[in-house]
Amino acid sequence: MFYKTLLLLSESGTGPQSWLLDVNPGVLLWTIIIFIFLLLILKKVAWKPILTALDEREKFIRESIQKAEDAQKQAENMLKANQERLAKAEEEAQKIIGQGREYAEKVKEQILSESKDEARKMISEAQIIIERKNQEAFAKLKTEIAEIAVGAAEKIIRAELSVEKQKVLVDSYIEELNKN
Amino acid sequence: MALAEVKEVAEHVAEKHGESGGSWIIHHILDSDTFFGLFPLPNYLTNHVMFMLIASILLIFALSRAASSYKKSFVPTGFTNLIEIFIVFIRDEVVKPTIGKGYEKFLPFLLTVFFFILTINFLGLIPNGSTATGNIAVTSGLALISFFMTQAAGIKKNGFLGYFKGLIPHGIPAFVLPVMIVVEVLGLLTKPFALAIRLFANMTAGHVIILSLIGLIFILKTVLVSPVSVGFALFIYFLEILVAFIQAYIFTILSSLFIGMAVHQEH
Repeated sequence: MFYKTLLLLSESGTGPQSWLLDVNPGVLLWTIIIFIFLLLILKKVAWKPILTALDEREKFIRESIQKAEDAQKQAENMLKANQERLAKAEEEAQKIIGQGREYAEKVKEQILSESKDEARKMISEAQIIIERKNQEAFAKLKTEIAEIAVGAAEKIIRAELSVEKQKVLVDSYIEELNKN
Repeated sequence: MALAEVKEVAEHVAEKHGESGGSWIIHHILDSDTFFGLFPLPNYLTNHVMFMLIASILLIFALSRAASSYKKSFVPTGFTNLIEIFIVFIRDEVVKPTIGKGYEKFLPFLLTVFFFILTINFLGLIPNGSTATGNIAVTSGLALISFFMTQAAGIKKNGFLGYFKGLIPHGIPAFVLPVMIVVEVLGLLTKPFALAIRLFANMTAGHVIILSLIGLIFILKTVLVSPVSVGFALFIYFLEILVAFIQAYIFTILSSLFIGMAVHQEH
């Protein structure tokens, strides 16, 4: 078989085609041999490295896209979380401001009522003092009037004067009193 | 002057090839024992074998260069880019859809088929070159390889008996079986036969037309027909570039299809 093949190959050039449909068995064998060798060599030097490089590159691209998508998703999540946190913080701030306002209102009211009470108290105290001073003055006046009356009576008695004179005396005394 | 020269050449050709007008066309297409029409070859080589060897050397050189450029960078440039377009096309548009699962095993074979045929087709377009795929012995060899690859793939996947059982459709009555066996075996053998004839005929036809158009000048013995001849020949030449791609593609996709059918018999 091997010998026959060699024979066919060695004679492939001796009878080149004389008509289009002549099948030269030597050329046919040459084709098969060349093709098989070409396949084996190309498989080793070309197809394996090229196809693995293509596969690797496709894998790399797929992974890169996946990574980018993941990163975007993560970024979106972070943004969402940040926004939520921001909203919460604002709410909190609003709450704190509200509380502060409320507290200030309370304090204001308290101070106001306290000061009112104080004022009322002071007024009442003042009234009491005025009352007392009045009473004191009144008492003093009473004793003074009594003394004056006693003095006037004493003068009347001392003079023993007529009714008219007494009247004049009393009148002048009263006048004197008025002057004072 | 020009007219006289044309007449002289025509008479010379007629004298050399005999009176039958077409035989010199066939002579230009047939395999010969001189390389490139210039260098005599030893007994064990023919012109077409030389062209196949040149195609192989070119392919090994070019593709190994492309492969080594991937080691430098993932991003292909220039020539590697061109090669990659074909490889990715064969992988994604030809082999993947026709074979489906497990296509990776057959990718090197089908890529080699595609690039080998394509390179040979293009070498045939070089002036004074010869198209090895226009030789029926060459296309028969390629078709035989494709045939054995298909059978081997089918037998390896489905087992020897399983593969041949799977060739016969399910649920046919027993008395049709002898006929079916004959039909299926014939069908199996027609596929590589069609592959060989298709490639051979397509690659030969273009050359025959170009040579006929040029031959018009000498057969009519007038130079006035040359604008028509050259114009049409140029058109056919461009067509042949297209055909060179298409035939390489068709041979590859059909081989791939047959392998796919042998591997996945359930369809």
